[in-house]
Amino acid sequence: MRQSPQQGDNRTGIVASGRLGEEMVAATREFPPSSPSTAQAIAEVRVAYAQDGESLGRMPPRTSLVDKAKAAVTAATGGQPTLLMDKLGERLLFEHAGARLYEALLSKHQAYGAFSGGPSADDLLHILTEEYEHADLLERAIKDLGGDPTAVTPSANLAANISAGLPKVLTDPRTNLLQSLEAIIVAELADNECWTALAELAQQAGHQELVEECREAIAHERDHLRKVRLWIAAGQGRTAAEGAGAEMPEAPGAADSAEFTFTETSPVDSEGYALSEEESGEGGESEGRSKPGKSGKGRSTRRDR
Amino acid sequence: MAINLLRDGGVPLEQQRFTWRDLVQAPYSKLMDDAFTRVRVILMNGIESEALRFSHACARMNAPLQRALAQVRRVEQHQQTLVNWLKPADQDPLETTIGFEQVAIEVTASVAEKEPDPYLAQVFRFGLLEDFDHLYRYSALMDRLQGKDANALVQSYSDIVPGRPTVIEHRDPLDDLRKPYDRRRAAPLTKLHALTIMAGEHQTHDYYMTIGPMFADPIARQLYAEIASIEEQHVTQYESIVDPSETWLEKWLLHEAGEVYNYWSCVESEGNPRIRAIWERFLDYELGHVRFVARLFEETERRDAAEVLPQRLPEPIRYESHRDFVRETLRRELTLSAAGTEFVDREQESEATRAYRDQMNSQGSPSETVAAGYVWRPGTELTDPAKRVRTASPGSERRAA
Repeated sequence: MRQSPQQGDNRTGIVASGRLGEEMVAATREFPPSSPSTAQAIAEVRVAYAQDGESLGRMPPRTSLVDKAKAAVTAATGGQPTLLMDKLGERLLFEHAGARLYEALLSKHQAYGAFSGGPSADDLLHILTEEYEHADLLERAIKDLGGDPTAVTPSANLAANISAGLPKVLTDPRTNLLQSLEAIIVAELADNECWTALAELAQQAGHQELVEECREAIAHERDHLRKVRLWIAAGQGRTAAEGAGAEMPEAPGAADSAEFTFTETSPVDSEGYALSEEESGEGGESEGRSKPGKSGKGRSTRRDR
Repeated sequence: MAINLLRDGGVPLEQQRFTWRDLVQAPYSKLMDDAFTRVRVILMNGIESEALRFSHACARMNAPLQRALAQVRRVEQHQQTLVNWLKPADQDPLETTIGFEQVAIEVTASVAEKEPDPYLAQVFRFGLLEDFDHLYRYSALMDRLQGKDANALVQSYSDIVPGRPTVIEHRDPLDDLRKPYDRRRAAPLTKLHALTIMAGEHQTHDYYMTIGPMFADPIARQLYAEIASIEEQHVTQYESIVDPSETWLEKWLLHEAGEVYNYWSCVESEGNPRIRAIWERFLDYELGHVRFVARLFEETERRDAAEVLPQRLPEPIRYESHRDFVRETLRRELTLSAAGTEFVDREQESEATRAYRDQMNSQGSPSETVAAGYVWRPGTELTDPAKRVRTASPGSERRAA
């Protein structure tokens, strides 16, 4: 089955409309806008709504004394326990979603068949298996740190919304294997970026075992990204050099530790989010700066927002 | 807070005003609000949607009422907008679908438990078990398509297990009609119940018909097509329990009373103070509508509105988990079906229903396929290694042409 698009009756461009297109343009000369200004008017509305003080949500509270104690220890060593948990939740949701994407990709492979230089079914199954393993390690880590792996954290919710278009591409029966790989690479790029960030947060918090597990996952994700890039290039008749594409972020540990903004002595808020100098100079976390919304819910100002 | 439908005037119609900014307020929080806030928002959107649907139908059949209907309808339009726009943008259509099914389970269960007419209570329990199954099917779809856990929305109030399997819910249209209540003898609560559930099911049908084709996955498109068909059956069922001999104005007055009842039920149970203030505002608006329509009713029909309206509202809808009631109903009535207007064991189904079902399912059953072997668990299926893909699909090595 063909992987590349063919020429045909695409009607979307104005040139295809001929005289009708010219009439469209003529109409705009006769009938001007009803209001002045530019698209900037929309920005004003967006800003006004954003200033209402609602957020996407907060983390679940830590309920047991043990869990609170774990968070306190992490904070005391310079880590950001709430942010770490938020990001662990994000990765877990993303890995579950990613596993479902690769399952759909396997169906695509079955439906459209392989192409020269593209993945075999076993290649895809190998990645899928690693996605399952990543989900397992994240679930374990969340439980070990006193969290609930079933909770949808704010970052998990955000990631789900960011990547909402991916299953739409992967499960559309009309998209072929190559087009589906173009969706998968978006997920792999995000995975590479976010696992690196997660490893740094684990390192800040002093969870060395988790850092090691993250490094292993990062190695897998680097491998996934490299393979997907090569498969896409092959499908497009390109000869991409290994490592072509956006530059990979450095693995944690290799990064210059001086770049860390937050240290053991950095102030943290009541939920363990580290505060910037500016924030801490304003008198600490949310309670002092909380502006009650209409719902009575305080406005949270955190560095992850 | 006690409401007197005949005395409380609410906000006069001419003082019920909006702005575009007012219509588009901050939504509730998907992560932080209680699941029943979502349930209330979804149901009240359905109640207002029914208000508009009825108003238009009435206007098409009653020229003398068109001016009054148009005035009230404009307010209802904006009430529906404000309520419906409380849904947050980060709640995707499938997540909203989970909310719709939770409405159909928990609100119908509350109604079925309190319905004084035993036949109608059976009607509600019958529909309840079917919608209960839909929650399970859509949860399987959410997990298997997106890798997400529907319980993040359900918040453990409603079980995610099979009900009366959707595959056998398909019946001949004549087996979906029921006997109506008698407008002269039925309890006011019966009338409010019928209108409430009919409204909820109708908007569910319309919602699925709108969003079903927005999915790319063929199994999702099929599942929405199948369940939308059941929702159409449910609308057929629930609209047939309303006495068709009520006059148009009587129906209008009952609709307005139903809106008061539902907003009041929301006020009584809402935990989010910002959302509660909206319910309170619209409760006052609806009391204004009742007064407006009651006057019209009395002038036109030369009857006392008290003949139609109860002075005091019955107990509010209970926005809480009905787990025990639903499970007990499942145990007792899972195998029930309908023949004509009566409920019967499945063996006694009509030939017409069997033939129709066989035809519809003859090329496969989306609801069975999507949930094949599906057992919900916290975090869901992928947390169970036994449920994971282990080998590549057969034929996957086939080369491209």
